[in-house]
Amino acid sequence: MPQHTLRQKLEILADAAKYDASCASSGTAKKNSLGGKGIGSTEGMGICHAYAPDGRCISLLKILLTNHCIFDCHYCINRKSSNVRRARFTPQEVADLTLNFYKRNYIEGLFLSSGIVKSSNYTMEQMVECARILREEHDFRGYIHLKTIPEADPELIHQAGLYADRVSINVELPTRQGLNRLAPDKDEHQIEGALAKTKSRIIEAKDERKRFKHAPRFAPAGQSTQMIVGADNASDADIVGKASKLYGAFGLRRVYYSAFSPIPDASAVLPLKRPPLMREHRLYQSDWLMRFYGYAPGEVAQAADAQGNLPLDIDPKLAWALKFRESFPVDVNRASKEQLLRVPGLGTTAVARILAARKHRTLRLDDVARLTQSIAKVRPFLVALDWRPTTLTDRADLRALLAPKQEQLELF
Amino acid sequence: MRAQRGNVQNASLGAHYVVNLPAPDDFAFWRERARSLIQCDVPPDRVSWIEPGGTGDLFAQEGPARRQKRLPTPGKDARPVRASKRFMKLARNAALHSDPERFSLLYRVLWRLQSNPRAMEDKADLDVRRIEELDKSVRRDSHKMHAFVRFREVESEDGAEHYVAWFEPDHHIVRANAGFFMRRFSNMNWSILTPRGCIHWDGETMRESGPAQRSDAPQGDPVEDLWKSYYASIFNPARLKVGAMLSEMPKKYWKNMPEAELIPDLIAGAQAREANMVETGALEFEDKPETLGAIGTAIEKCRKCPIGELHNQAVMGEGPRRASLMIVGEQPGDQEDQGGRPFIGPAGQLLDEYLTRTGIERSETYVTNAVKHFKYVQRGKRRIHQSPQAKEIDTCRWWLEAERDIVKPRLILALGASAARSLLGKTVSISKVRGEPIPLEGGTELWVTAHPSYLLRLDGEAQEKQAALFEADLAAVRERLAQQEA
Repeated sequence: MPQHTLRQKLEILADAAKYDASCASSGTAKKNSLGGKGIGSTEGMGICHAYAPDGRCISLLKILLTNHCIFDCHYCINRKSSNVRRARFTPQEVADLTLNFYKRNYIEGLFLSSGIVKSSNYTMEQMVECARILREEHDFRGYIHLKTIPEADPELIHQAGLYADRVSINVELPTRQGLNRLAPDKDEHQIEGALAKTKSRIIEAKDERKRFKHAPRFAPAGQSTQMIVGADNASDADIVGKASKLYGAFGLRRVYYSAFSPIPDASAVLPLKRPPLMREHRLYQSDWLMRFYGYAPGEVAQAADAQGNLPLDIDPKLAWALKFRESFPVDVNRASKEQLLRVPGLGTTAVARILAARKHRTLRLDDVARLTQSIAKVRPFLVALDWRPTTLTDRADLRALLAPKQEQLELF
Repeated sequence: MRAQRGNVQNASLGAHYVVNLPAPDDFAFWRERARSLIQCDVPPDRVSWIEPGGTGDLFAQEGPARRQKRLPTPGKDARPVRASKRFMKLARNAALHSDPERFSLLYRVLWRLQSNPRAMEDKADLDVRRIEELDKSVRRDSHKMHAFVRFREVESEDGAEHYVAWFEPDHHIVRANAGFFMRRFSNMNWSILTPRGCIHWDGETMRESGPAQRSDAPQGDPVEDLWKSYYASIFNPARLKVGAMLSEMPKKYWKNMPEAELIPDLIAGAQAREANMVETGALEFEDKPETLGAIGTAIEKCRKCPIGELHNQAVMGEGPRRASLMIVGEQPGDQEDQGGRPFIGPAGQLLDEYLTRTGIERSETYVTNAVKHFKYVQRGKRRIHQSPQAKEIDTCRWWLEAERDIVKPRLILALGASAARSLLGKTVSISKVRGEPIPLEGGTELWVTAHPSYLLRLDGEAQEKQAALFEADLAAVRERLAQQEA
């Protein structure tokens, strides 16, 4: 194997990690380095230290320990049969990089994932070792996210959770058929079993902390997972259904959707065009609808077309409202919180503001305009003291009025 | 700082008061003066608040006859001033904003709160909205400071590590955020230099100093090269979203972030890189052909893998379009390549023999290969068979799947490990999977057995044993077909 410099290894192993969507550093236990020997703090809110031109936040040093892998998952750039440059960090190198970046305020911490070398257990041990060096030798109190390997010994996953703020296990694909086809070495039962075990560990640890002040924390930022969108033929409705099952069954903090991107040296079983990035965005929007807006998974599916896919030109909330016009307009001065949350263009913040403000005055359209982002978007669905949309809500071309305008090309 | 504490003046006309603030972020001072003024019933339009370096308002500047007058002292029985928690929370932040009107705004709202304690709840009120806006932009500025400060290591006199950063905030937020950096880097020596004042931490105490210039900060750090490599590598050129980046990391911050100098090149290179990725990934398959004839034409031109570049011809599968059994071999051999038909060489003849023996009708079977071209190395006049690599099998799987989509067999028999890989996507051991059906998507059943050429290479006892196993596998397949038909 060729010898790489640290910088070359970083290039290879960061490049290999970029297909992981998550970079969150939020929602963990508050801690800081006062009274300690090292550095690091987490104060609840995640911090994005930079943004790449792909629009994604860089919060953590997101790398693989190695991109050698004994598995052969077709959508993965690091699969065994792929012809990419391979490299491998030692746990000490990972720890040193993390500390050097952290001291310069480049990052919130480490997100470590890995290809499988030798065996699942061996790989998991090495990953846990990185976290151990950081936490025990350097008293590092920043954020650590470890991607655990479902096939590894549960005791190792337990160790990982004791050092890490968050652990995650990727379900990879929304359907079992997709998994069998594209990730033949992975097993749905094993993945879901590991998710379930982690969930119960998190609950146990929380319970113990309530009773014993010094009980160890276990993954205080919870667990998350990731699904690849567009590599198999699962529809948006399938994906949303799967996500809601995952949230329910495993107490996940987040389900990440990653639009399949063309990878170098791809396997020919994959679809050949990448899905539009907008599809990923619409899935996140529908994820939000379920988590914060009180939509049931079935209702999100109602916003989809006959094939179960969400429209790309308008957001799923507007799509739902256009299909169920009988629920509108709602009276901004009387409607319940739940009804207001269904109005396209009203977010949770705007709804909270409306509810607070209407205790003091009967709202006019101008008042609503001050409380929301865009009055033009919400107007057709609202009644205010001086405003009624009359025929607007029923217009056949309402969709065209509200959909973002297509850009007209310049004459050349 | 206390030395230059401001005083409250009483302007000559209509008892107008001017309060000079000692520092632009001195909320405590404002709070103290505002409390006294409200207790003395001084309405908002009679007070001007002036920060250091700020210009006074018209009343304060007017006339040489201006008389200095001390701030009225509230009587002992003056009623206490009250403010809601929400106001306090927002006001502390809003006071750090660079808007010169901020202290007047806060005083006006505090005045209104005395008669309407719930005024802050009216989110549609213009003053309330303005305070919320100020609070929001100060919070954003603080958040960006937490995010975008970049320390550079410098050697200090005693040889200890010392980290120094240069940052340009929009508002008066430096002192208010010292605690964040202290809690995070409590065992590090660091300084943050800004044009609005500097903070220094030595591991024990926090020190403040006056405004600094960019040239006071160090110019580089060797770790920045690693960081830039990371930044360039973690960026995915397949998903360019410049707008999303700019909204969170506006250009005004770029000049103090070492990684930002890479951005223009990354964007420019992204489209080219993606095109390149698609090309090297050989991802550009057209839509799947919908007839067997179309597949036959298309595979002749297929150069998705190097096998197609050899001197050979593509060998298409053959058999009825609606066959219930599909047999998949590895790849055409020398004779198949010359004849242009699958399974006509020695292995094909052996296969035919066993098919006849077990009662499977080849003319009712669709026979094809996992790889469509003959892979060989030339040795003198002979072309020696080479097994296709996993990647070549995976690439050619596209064509086999197109055939499967059209023929839709109920049962597929894979001959050998290459065929099995093509259908399962992973390499399996024949001895472990043979003799049992493996369900494929779409309800098709897969059976796996050895390749007949394997039998040709054996002799003696091993040959007899393998031949028996092969025959048993074929018989099982025939049985299963009969069962399915029944």
